[in-house]
Amino acid sequence: MDVPLQAGLHADARDSILTVRRWWKTIVVLVIVSLIVLALCLQYGTERIALADVVRILLGRGADVTSNASGVSPSIILLEVRLPRLILAFLVGASLAAIGVALQALLRNPLADPYILGISGGAALGAALAVQFGVSWAMGGFSAVQVFAFLAAGLTILVIYRIAVSDGRIPVQTLLLAGVIINAILSALILFITSLSDSTSAFRLFFWLMGSLATLGYAGLGALTVYVLLGIGLLFGQARQLNLLSLGEEPAQGAGLQVESVKRVIFFTSALLTGAVVAVSGLIGFVGMIVPHGVRMVFGPDHRLLLPAAAIVGGTFLAIADTVARSLLAPSELPVGVITALCGGPFFIYLLVSRRKDSIG
Amino acid sequence: MDLCYQLADVWFRYAERWILQDFSLEVSQGEIVGVVGPNGSGKTSLLKLMAGLLHPQAGVVNLNGEDVGSLDPPQVARCVAIVPQESQVLFPFTVRELVLMGRFVHQRGWGWESAEDLRAARLAIQLMDLEQVANRTFQELSGGERQRAIIARALAQQSRILLLDEPTAFLDIKHQLEIYATLRGLNRDQGVTVILVSHDLNLASQYCHRLVLLHEGRVFHMGTPAEVLTVEHLRTVYGCEVIIDRHPIVGTPRITLPVIEQCPQWIAR
Repeated sequence: MDVPLQAGLHADARDSILTVRRWWKTIVVLVIVSLIVLALCLQYGTERIALADVVRILLGRGADVTSNASGVSPSIILLEVRLPRLILAFLVGASLAAIGVALQALLRNPLADPYILGISGGAALGAALAVQFGVSWAMGGFSAVQVFAFLAAGLTILVIYRIAVSDGRIPVQTLLLAGVIINAILSALILFITSLSDSTSAFRLFFWLMGSLATLGYAGLGALTVYVLLGIGLLFGQARQLNLLSLGEEPAQGAGLQVESVKRVIFFTSALLTGAVVAVSGLIGFVGMIVPHGVRMVFGPDHRLLLPAAAIVGGTFLAIADTVARSLLAPSELPVGVITALCGGPFFIYLLVSRRKDSIG
Repeated sequence: MDLCYQLADVWFRYAERWILQDFSLEVSQGEIVGVVGPNGSGKTSLLKLMAGLLHPQAGVVNLNGEDVGSLDPPQVARCVAIVPQESQVLFPFTVRELVLMGRFVHQRGWGWESAEDLRAARLAIQLMDLEQVANRTFQELSGGERQRAIIARALAQQSRILLLDEPTAFLDIKHQLEIYATLRGLNRDQGVTVILVSHDLNLASQYCHRLVLLHEGRVFHMGTPAEVLTVEHLRTVYGCEVIIDRHPIVGTPRITLPVIEQCPQWIAR
């Protein structure tokens, strides 16, 4: 008698194990959907460019597209302004989501996000110093603020590791606490610096902290792309290990996992990736926590699929959010973090509620 | 018979208090050894030391002639699978996914499950009577099903030695019996060595070849169930009176707790 009931309950359950076939199917579909969405995003901005023209310009036949009212060629708007920004948004969103996935498993904390380790605080302090002292040179396509932020993030990583490590092990609770405390100290320092600075610098820093994706040209993007792919690739290489970590550290070791070396790889990879992402884009909230959850609810917890899927969805999500941020009140811009929180929060609630209905049957 | 475990003069503590003191134990291949003793007598620590999850302050734990401390986790896991006392799974993995994680040590690099992995997992799921719930998530399972899922994960590891920490604590009598029957079957048919911690002295008595009775971090007595489970031993170790007779079929010691109407002196003390 309860057979049909059970069947009903589990009829829409995901396949119980991940197969190569399902992996490829899911990833290919996600990539196609993502590319379509990204192309649609390119239409919007202060000036609307028709989708057909977007495609034509991207295929290198931009000359056919006629100039419009503003006198600026759509091909320049698209290739010089919108495309680099879209790529940056995608890279940042993908990194944040992938880091979130890895840290939630490493710290055994479903609320973990890329900013939990305190690395972002270091990057922010670096940025604050650069703004305060008016450093203004650029290096390899990156501004001084970005370089300072990244270097400060690197130092913070070393400090946090030194605090957390004992006997060559990283106890997760200590790591978490070290992150929280370092974040608090760094925030205080940032406030201190801000209080010393004039209103222009303070305002600049304030906007930097809120996160912006209008910051990088193609030279910087190239380097960042390689860096991000490497980082996400390293995390992806630990996918099976992340699965085992969710059993707990001792059971994972009992099953043959070299727990401490896996933790070290994940800590340093996540931390270095966080440092770079915060350095180029500031603090963009919600993506790193919401996307892992949403993707896990839909595709299941196996990190071999979860990690790349979250990266693709995270990248696409941030690209959409940034498109909305710069189009909604064009020509003025909203901070993208406002959009990610306003879209991400309710979407998360929707997922929670609809899942709960399912499980009640 | 070949020794698979040899613990010599092991001292272990977490903090101040010694958990195991000058502890020595040998386990031969193909044995079923039950570790019994009161709460806090060091049973769980002993199992973790044997699995290389903890390291002794002094003395040595030899696994197949090699110091466990000198082996890395994959090397240990190929010989030994451990079933912990309690298990929490962070994310909503299904039973099948969980059991497949037991295959980790047999997989190369960033691999997909091989046909062999799938076969081992299916067998473990069958043995633990989990087919009905194989596609449910760990969080949806009852306490007993969770415990069986964790045991199945260890079985899928297909190690020659199984360490189990109170494998039947949450199980109903049918599943208690199934676990012990499965362990005995694996032991008899495949020569798997089983070392288990149990508070259920009767099941341990019926199914173990040998019992190790722990008392305050030392071996109080070791031997066949009939040698170990005596009224005097249990009085000293547990500090309580029991009635011991024989199992009506197999003749192993059977422990019955007395009925006491009022707070007895040995409780008041």
